[in-house]
Amino acid sequence: MSSLIDDPRVIEFDVRTDEMLVNMGPQHPSTHGVLRLALRTDGEIISEVTPHMGYLHRCAEKIGENLTPRQWIPYTDRMDYLAAMNMNLGWALTTEKLLKYEPPEKARHLRVIICELGRIASHLVGMGTYGIDLGSFSPFLYAFREREKILDLFEEACGARLTYSYITPGGATADLPVGWTQKCLEFLDQFEPVIAEYHTLLTTNAIFIKRTANIGVMSPEMAIDFGTSGPVLRGSGISHDLRRDGEEIYTAMYDGYAFEVIAQQNGHYPKDHNYPPVPKEAVLGDCWHRFYVRMLEVMQSIDLARQGIERYHAATDGYGEPLKLKTKLPKGEVYLETECPKGQMGFYLVSDGSDIPWRTRARSSSFSNLSVCEPLCRGCLIADIPAIIGSLDIVMGEIDR
Amino acid sequence: MAAFLSEYTWTWLAYIIAAMIHVGLIINLVAVAALVFIWLERKISGRIQDRLGPTRVGGKFGWLQTLADGLKLITKEDLCPDGADRFLFKIAPYVSFCAAIGAFIAIPFAGGAYPWIAQHLNTGVFFVLAVLGLEVFGVILAGYSSASKWSLFGAMREAAQVVSYEVPLGMCVVVPVMIAGSLDMVVIGDQQAGWFTNWLVFHDPFTFITAFVYFTCAMASVNRAPFDLAEAESELVAGFHTEYSGLRWSFFFMAEYGSMFSVSILASVLFFGGWNGPVPITDLLGLSGAEVGTLSWAVAQALGLANVLLKGLLGVCLMIWVRWTLPRLRIDQVMTTCLKYCTPIAAAMFLGATLWQYNFPGRAFFNLIPMSDAVLEVSEGWEVESNDPDEEEEQIARGPEETGGLL
Repeated sequence: MSSLIDDPRVIEFDVRTDEMLVNMGPQHPSTHGVLRLALRTDGEIISEVTPHMGYLHRCAEKIGENLTPRQWIPYTDRMDYLAAMNMNLGWALTTEKLLKYEPPEKARHLRVIICELGRIASHLVGMGTYGIDLGSFSPFLYAFREREKILDLFEEACGARLTYSYITPGGATADLPVGWTQKCLEFLDQFEPVIAEYHTLLTTNAIFIKRTANIGVMSPEMAIDFGTSGPVLRGSGISHDLRRDGEEIYTAMYDGYAFEVIAQQNGHYPKDHNYPPVPKEAVLGDCWHRFYVRMLEVMQSIDLARQGIERYHAATDGYGEPLKLKTKLPKGEVYLETECPKGQMGFYLVSDGSDIPWRTRARSSSFSNLSVCEPLCRGCLIADIPAIIGSLDIVMGEIDR
Repeated sequence: MAAFLSEYTWTWLAYIIAAMIHVGLIINLVAVAALVFIWLERKISGRIQDRLGPTRVGGKFGWLQTLADGLKLITKEDLCPDGADRFLFKIAPYVSFCAAIGAFIAIPFAGGAYPWIAQHLNTGVFFVLAVLGLEVFGVILAGYSSASKWSLFGAMREAAQVVSYEVPLGMCVVVPVMIAGSLDMVVIGDQQAGWFTNWLVFHDPFTFITAFVYFTCAMASVNRAPFDLAEAESELVAGFHTEYSGLRWSFFFMAEYGSMFSVSILASVLFFGGWNGPVPITDLLGLSGAEVGTLSWAVAQALGLANVLLKGLLGVCLMIWVRWTLPRLRIDQVMTTCLKYCTPIAAAMFLGATLWQYNFPGRAFFNLIPMSDAVLEVSEGWEVESNDPDEEEEQIARGPEETGGLL
């Protein structure tokens, strides 16, 4: 059942109603940070949504023009602070692309393990907060319980729990500690059956399906037109993942790994795991599918991390000493997009030949993903706004930088 | 109690003293129950979510946590927004709170010839439902007077939701009332004496389903998740109590827990035997026939009180469990649940129970099966009543006037 009506501004002729302008945020429990949505509503029905951003702007890009690429790594941490490892990787690879540097084999696999764990952690937060958006609090804590274990692993590897600055141009700041991979494998073995819990509480829950299926339906064309990426794009059934379709320097990292892009193709998701079935109410491109894609990606990341650990042990070279703090950058410009948990995160670097970039720029996936909220929310109910915004899984730190 | 006191003093004074004692007992019961439930909610939700919940305040298990919170709330500033309608804004929490407590006036805690009840009304069920419905006024006043759009949304949702859910709730309540043949809660409760098979929930298949429908509707009408749309924290910030702080806010909280308790007790009296436990302990111990005022009577009544409170507690725990498990419904889905499912089901169950009463008058599901001559008796229609082995029922059938009011 859809809550959409053709034109919400058309109201019954004998009822005089006034439109109301409501501010949702910047202090609101379900806007995922300091996002402000100006809602124009007719009762509970939304006729217009205008997102306002900029409350978290920290001039990160300008700062990047005063620091060397390695010094800027901590600033990338603070963009998507829920997947800081993946942000580090994006910037590290961009710098390496400019330097035409190839990290050693071991560093490559180390990065895959770390980034896939980061992806799991990010999707866990996305899943948990989505539960809160829909009024179910418990899955959030179940998700954080497991995320905490990933953070413990990260802490052991680099000493930090949120802003890691671990993956740097050159490789990583340190090798993985002795016995770390064993602990990681133990975690993955323990974590895999827990996912069934999340499916029970959310994915297959009748009320959850009612709240998300057929809500915020985004057609594949629309998803492409608005430049969405990541699970939001794949939730609309477009098989596009930079880990497979990206640039050479990024896909080389996943060379030899067995994985499929999680997107519904010809009415089917890749069948390599025991997934709960798609409910019949769900329409391709709705909130439920975006959520489902995330859940499936978690399963896939577990698999990738396992493969990474195997290859990491097989590799015999070094973990990749980080480049010197002040490394002369060759003159030129590079742009590289990587597949972060939230979508395609791009970094742009222009160098004038000194050790400090002349221009740095970040292309945020959440920004493009958020841009669809206006057409998606038009005509829905107020209660659907958290459902739609939550399914886009945005992080304001990345949008405002 | 007034009758007892009037032997010693003037009648008017006896009535006033009796009323004061009743009110004091009820307020204390509701306040203490609310404290316990808030603590329980934290503990249970903590355990559900792999946490410990409060552990420190009061030594063990954090059992004084709610009291500490209450102290904190009292010390907080009593804010009133600039654009608010000050009078309505300030009075709204009291309206909710009084409605939640007022319902307890007609709720019996033990039955028998001299029931433990503040005011024995022969229309007790009706009174409780009516007073519980008043709680919504406090919420609407709060939302309207807060001068906040989120509060207004919450109030409008509450109004729409509670008013609609009163319909199926009323229909569900009518089923046991019809079977018992009385609106008097003491009569309804006393009819279910004996083993748990005498409970009205097991009276026939229709009452069994009605009990579940009743509980769903009750959860919706006291605004518990998944129907907590009025305060829907992820959508409306905090809904109708967005602008409230300190003690006034805690009054809303107490009202919510108070009405949770009262609908649970109402469920226990209407469907789950009220003060009659699953096993007739008082009968087995030979306490049931005791004279009013003797020790064995007091013990029997105290057991009944324990039964009512325990059943109310179980109902509240069930609501807590549901709240921490399920996501919230959307407003249109809540209304759909009410109008498309609960109301027709309740109506059908009412019809079914009526037909059952017509076909098997005075017969419950469990004493229908072993009796082979039931069919014969059925053909005699309503005359069957006289064959009923249960002496007590006969006495009750004579009506509330003869069983005697309290005052």
